[in-house]
Amino acid sequence: MDDPFVIAGEAMGSRLIMGTGGAPSLDVLDRALAASGTELTTVAMRRVDPAASGSVLDVLAARGIRVLPNTAGCFTAADAVRTARLAREAMETDWVKLEVIADERTLLPDPVELLDAADLLVADGFTVLPYTNDDPVLARRLEQAGCAAVMPLGAPIGSGLGIRNPHNIELIVEAAGVPVVLDAGIGTASDAAIAMELGCDGVLLATSVTRAHDPELMAEAMRAAVIAGRLAFLAGRVPRRRYATASSPFAD
Amino acid sequence: MEVIINGRAHELAKATSVGDAVRLVTTSASGVAAAVNGEVVRKARWDTTPVSDGDLVEVITAVQGG
Repeated sequence: MDDPFVIAGEAMGSRLIMGTGGAPSLDVLDRALAASGTELTTVAMRRVDPAASGSVLDVLAARGIRVLPNTAGCFTAADAVRTARLAREAMETDWVKLEVIADERTLLPDPVELLDAADLLVADGFTVLPYTNDDPVLARRLEQAGCAAVMPLGAPIGSGLGIRNPHNIELIVEAAGVPVVLDAGIGTASDAAIAMELGCDGVLLATSVTRAHDPELMAEAMRAAVIAGRLAFLAGRVPRRRYATASSPFAD
Repeated sequence: MEVIINGRAHELAKATSVGDAVRLVTTSASGVAAAVNGEVVRKARWDTTPVSDGDLVEVITAVQGG
């Protein structure tokens, strides 16, 4: 079935966006990325480490996976804009996963700084993919600001708690004119399938794969779950009923 | 003069460029970006942009994340 995932005019064959954080080694990451089928993968920007051996960029280049730099670790709009500009220069892409977090305990997005940063980056020519709260109003404001997608959280980053407010995710999907990517909170394959069944256009996850007992196998599970959830969404589920509906004819 | 590169003080000669500063901390220019006092310096201008006493130079690259 021809069902491309399109962000800012760019079509991708996979609706699963992988993050690279948390993998125990570049080799494990490489095998997990391959098993996931992802075509877009996040990286963070940090000071160069003269002692570092091997680079995540080499792994992505060898696999032909597009790089999506993030602004992880930024607490203010000014920080995030500075990091995004460095990322654009280093990675030669104007795509950015915009993250502006409020505090280290929850890693929840700071909505005021996030919207401010989105405005500034859109004006500066970036293709902005904001990691946002599961707040339909904020998602709408980010879309109005010119973001190329909205990426609401299912639960806090790395928590594996799944989708805590599916109703809000549905409201965001219903109203959005840009792709909706469920970002953060995925714990296992069923969470990814549910995100897609709710109508999300894609899923972004890292921890649930990179910190799984077997990252490569979990990546394969996530790939299948995203496909299954998407197909179920397109197929249209049966209505929930309180009582049984016989699926075999009654005996005469 | 003293220039801070990625948080560490370096004693440098007067005619040092951004490119010289970058090469003190990394051998690869690919996947790397530099900022002086918070402003990005494009790669094409590294070798023609001087650094001054007291400048804060940040040299960053991609790492696993997100």
